[in-house]
Amino acid sequence: MTTTENTPTQEIGRDRRRKEDRRLITGRTRWTDNQALTGLLHISIVRSPFAHADIKGIDTSAAKQVPGVVAVYSAADLGADQVQLPCAWPITKDMKAPQRPALAGSRVNFAGEGVAVVVARSAAIAKDAAELVEVDYSELEPVLDMEEALKDGATLVHPEIGTNANAQWVFDSGEAGSGGSVAEALKKAESDDDQIIVRRRFRQQRLVPVFMEPRSTVVDPNAEQLTMWSSTQVPHILKTMLALTLGLPEHKIRVIAPDVGGGFGGKIAVAPEEVVTLLVAQKTGKPVKWTETRSESLLTAHHGRDQVQELAMSVTKDGRITGLDVRLIADMGAYLGLVGPGVPILGAFMFNAIYKIPAYRFDCTNVFTTKTLTDAYRGAGRPEATFGIERLMDEAALELGMEPLEFREKNWIKHEEFPFTTVSTLTYDTGNYEAATAQAKQMFDYDGLRREQQERRRRGDVKQLGIGISTFTEMCGLAPSRVLGSLDYGAGGWETASIRMQPTGKAEVVVGVSPHGQGHETAFSQIVADQLGVPFEDVEILHGDTQSSYKGLDTYGSRSLAVGGIAVVKAAEKVVEKAKPIAAHMLEASEGDLEFSGGKFTVKGTDKGVGIQDIALAVFAAHDYPEGIEPDIDAHATFDPENFSFPHGTHLCAVEVDTETGFVEMYKYVCVDDVGNVINPLIVEGQVHGGLAQGIAQALYEEAAYDDQGTLLSGTLVDYTLPSAADLISFDTANTTTASTTNPLGVKGVGEAGTIASTPAVVNSVLDAIRHLGVKDIDMPTTPYRVWTAIQNASGHAGRADEANVASPGAGLGSTARDMPEGGNL
Amino acid sequence: MIPAQFDYVRPTTVDEAVQALRDGGDDAKLLAGGQSLLPVLRLRMADPSLIIDLGGIPELKGVREEGNEVVVGAMTSHYDVTRDDTLRQHVALIGEATKTVADPQVRHRGTLGGALAHADPAGDLAAPALALDAQFVIAGSGGTRTVAAADFFEDYFTTAIGEGELLTEIRFPKYTGWGARYEKFNRVAQAWSIVAVAATVKVDGGKITDARIGLTNMAGTPVRARGVESALVGQSASEDTVRQAAQAAAEGTSPTADADAGSDYREHLARVLTGRAVLAAAG
Ligand SMILES: Cc1cc2nc3c(=O)[nH]c(=O)nc-3n(C[C@H](O)[C@H](O)[C@H](O)COP(=O)(O)OP(=O)(O)OC[C@H]3O[C@@H](n4cnc5c(N)ncnc54)[C@H](O)[C@@H]3O)c2cc1C
Repeated sequence: MTTTENTPTQEIGRDRRRKEDRRLITGRTRWTDNQALTGLLHISIVRSPFAHADIKGIDTSAAKQVPGVVAVYSAADLGADQVQLPCAWPITKDMKAPQRPALAGSRVNFAGEGVAVVVARSAAIAKDAAELVEVDYSELEPVLDMEEALKDGATLVHPEIGTNANAQWVFDSGEAGSGGSVAEALKKAESDDDQIIVRRRFRQQRLVPVFMEPRSTVVDPNAEQLTMWSSTQVPHILKTMLALTLGLPEHKIRVIAPDVGGGFGGKIAVAPEEVVTLLVAQKTGKPVKWTETRSESLLTAHHGRDQVQELAMSVTKDGRITGLDVRLIADMGAYLGLVGPGVPILGAFMFNAIYKIPAYRFDCTNVFTTKTLTDAYRGAGRPEATFGIERLMDEAALELGMEPLEFREKNWIKHEEFPFTTVSTLTYDTGNYEAATAQAKQMFDYDGLRREQQERRRRGDVKQLGIGISTFTEMCGLAPSRVLGSLDYGAGGWETASIRMQPTGKAEVVVGVSPHGQGHETAFSQIVADQLGVPFEDVEILHGDTQSSYKGLDTYGSRSLAVGGIAVVKAAEKVVEKAKPIAAHMLEASEGDLEFSGGKFTVKGTDKGVGIQDIALAVFAAHDYPEGIEPDIDAHATFDPENFSFPHGTHLCAVEVDTETGFVEMYKYVCVDDVGNVINPLIVEGQVHGGLAQGIAQALYEEAAYDDQGTLLSGTLVDYTLPSAADLISFDTANTTTASTTNPLGVKGVGEAGTIASTPAVVNSVLDAIRHLGVKDIDMPTTPYRVWTAIQNASGHAGRADEANVASPGAGLGSTARDMPEGGNL
Repeated sequence: MIPAQFDYVRPTTVDEAVQALRDGGDDAKLLAGGQSLLPVLRLRMADPSLIIDLGGIPELKGVREEGNEVVVGAMTSHYDVTRDDTLRQHVALIGEATKTVADPQVRHRGTLGGALAHADPAGDLAAPALALDAQFVIAGSGGTRTVAAADFFEDYFTTAIGEGELLTEIRFPKYTGWGARYEKFNRVAQAWSIVAVAATVKVDGGKITDARIGLTNMAGTPVRARGVESALVGQSASEDTVRQAAQAAAEGTSPTADADAGSDYREHLARVLTGRAVLAAAG
């Protein structure tokens, strides 16, 4: 592109460093926990150590004696047991939704559930006194296994609803008319010598969305509006839900999400603690703060994933898929979260992935157990589905004796077939799976690594090489409001933006999405700079405070750019539109003779012009403007997408498996993602890197495990194994670009892509490395112990299998406390 | 998380520290780098009424040579241990092991004495100390006494340091010219050992003439793999002979079982890692 002095360089496509990072990295910002209001009180929540128990009594007298304690409240004292925390996604008409209180009144249903709250002058005093609250529990049978929970006679988590089944949600392409009947396809395959049926059972383990900033809430009840600061992804939803849940007038509530240190879906919630903080603030008439500890966070903030998948695929011997049957059981935990029941259902649209599948059925049963509830976690439903199908594609290729990439290619949608309506009724607008795969293969040296793999096998090396593939797509940019309506979701999927032009020409852009680490301020500033032709530095993005950003649906589902960013574009277009008659007036020209470019209206064919920033000053002064219009070029826009966006990509992973120890080491990771047009390549790469780390972590490291009493074993970050940069490798990332046609920027979401794609690539590679030793499958995370045990079992050496479900008691301890004799050094 | 309330003193000499211990009784706790103690306090697994901070006692810090020994003050940080030339030259194994401890932040705060006094079986410094036949100097109201490594580690989190006593220094014999390797096995880089093997060997003309091997997390205390040591002496440092000798590594151990490893897996790892550690040390 040629640039002249008057046309600033194009911002879109520049790899600008993030402008928000200076304050974030240097600790100059104010998080929720930094709010220090005069007279602030602190609370500590007393939590149940039992998974399932009746509460027989609570003795708060000792806690009340502690100097500095202001009050100790049981659930009933606050009315917290009468609250019904909202679930916004009733997936079926007959869905069973037990009451979810803010504090448990008569029964606790998971370990960590709050039963009382101590209010004190400092957080330390509150914590000291909380230890003195005596709760008399009568233990009930825990409900821990989601399959057992569905059987007749199982102990019920909520006896009052008569079942542990929350809902069953079914999609059948035969009934929907989008494809054939799977029952028939499988029946036909059974009696057809030219077809095979591949059946597999996969486990999606439970994960914790370990965000860096623990949750925190401050409520000030004293201003005209009740003000809540909260470390949340969803300030707007939270505000409306607080109004609906507590019967408060919505215009009397202000919610502020200041800078928020990560969420990954874990802060899409109306948390019981947010409500308790509010109730205590109302009761005491004082500002109140709650900040959780890391262990509290691991124990009680919602978890993610946790499914059993039973899959069956019929396929012809020459490699064409004829049917796919998906049966899921999904663990909801003890209650329904804000969108919890809908999370596995999002997978219904993604199991068919990039493939042309003529018959498809998806059948998911959600189950209650006495565990922490599950809800959205980065990818929400799509990683689970992508894992299922991409693992199954490898398994089917294996049974067919086909190269796994060739088998995929045989079934995927060709680039000339877009737009393509899938068997699960979505219409993919654009994509090019051939291009992404070709580039990934070349970057990876696919053929070279396959040769190396063969050589290592022949030599019988201790370290065997495995190659794993994941050719994924996903639906994101949540979401077309009409589609959400058809899925019985409780809200729409539009987004808003406003632009306020300052007298000095600066632009304040107010957005309804709510960033918590993604870099929206930078990317949106780049968009506005290009749209209005103003310098990047002249744009400020405001977000997260419902008083300034009064309307929005917040950030999740990789929606911020593909929906919120488009609202920004639309608002900018309106600013230009409103400025035009004023420019014409100032230039004494007719509107039809004006063109707008590089921030300036010019009269065609002349060098007469006026800049948008000058017009901002002119309407501020308002001394001279055309009659009949308002002296104002500010604008507001709402954008409701017509379709999702469908990023896709090919991820190739190579690992070395140490066959003597079972240790898996990353060897090479290549991903070529198609996320449409890219606003800021640096941010896109950052999102991909972080996404990969979390997806790889599911494959190799993370698991929220419970013991047979329903106690969470991974209650500290010593036990919940997170990888660091030292455990990962340098990723080779690249992009192919097919612009999305569902929005004017041609962008697709990127926030979840890496997480969705990478998990099956890694597990496929681990299995590929040791399959020749007889190993068939390994549950995630594929820890060294599990890998070694699988190799042992395959070679006929069964281990003693004395794996113990014990957790070390806490951070900073390498060993378990149960091992310690009396008088040990603790 | 927030610890329970405690009093705090910061003595400037060992004598003052001993006095503070006597005054504080059995409810006093010594603070070295705090990298194990603070998590324990914050999780409220302990609530001492008095914390005696050893950070202000200069005589507890530093490395010096004394004849045939290298003496390390208890309050010498992991970071300083890894950077010390005297140790690198004469007691290479301790630096090799210390490099694998946690991350740079923890290594700057945590101390050799604190780690050894803490005696976490999954901690990385006890097995090298045992393999190296270190001597532990312990001060109390009756003066100082010296305990051999073999007698120092008594059980899980339990050492020979008695009530009212503190560890002041660790004395290592010199192993000048010996090869050393700490072979650590864990799931992620910044974590304690599932199993680890500390090996230091003397090689002369391609033959192993002496060997010391200690095992981490194969029992409540570090374990000396004496069977392997004796099997190695006089052997060539070849892959076959070393691996053969390493088969004895799990003898006399009693490893625990947890979600990361069953006891049979730990025994297997001890054998594999011993072979690798010795080969690397001899290489
Ligand atoms: C995130 C993290 C990761 C870690 N990873 C590892 C690892 O991979 N490998 C590993 O080996 N360790 C690891 N550690 C522990 C680390 O090595 C600690 O530094 C060490 O265990 C304790 O040393 P300290 O100086 O911090 O002692 P402190 O925590 O201050 O004290 C530990 C205990 O020893 C007692 N004590 C301290 N000094 C004396 C003394 N002079 N005399 C008598 N008693 C004393 C204290 O009273 C306390 O009971 C890790 C720690 C953290 C926080």
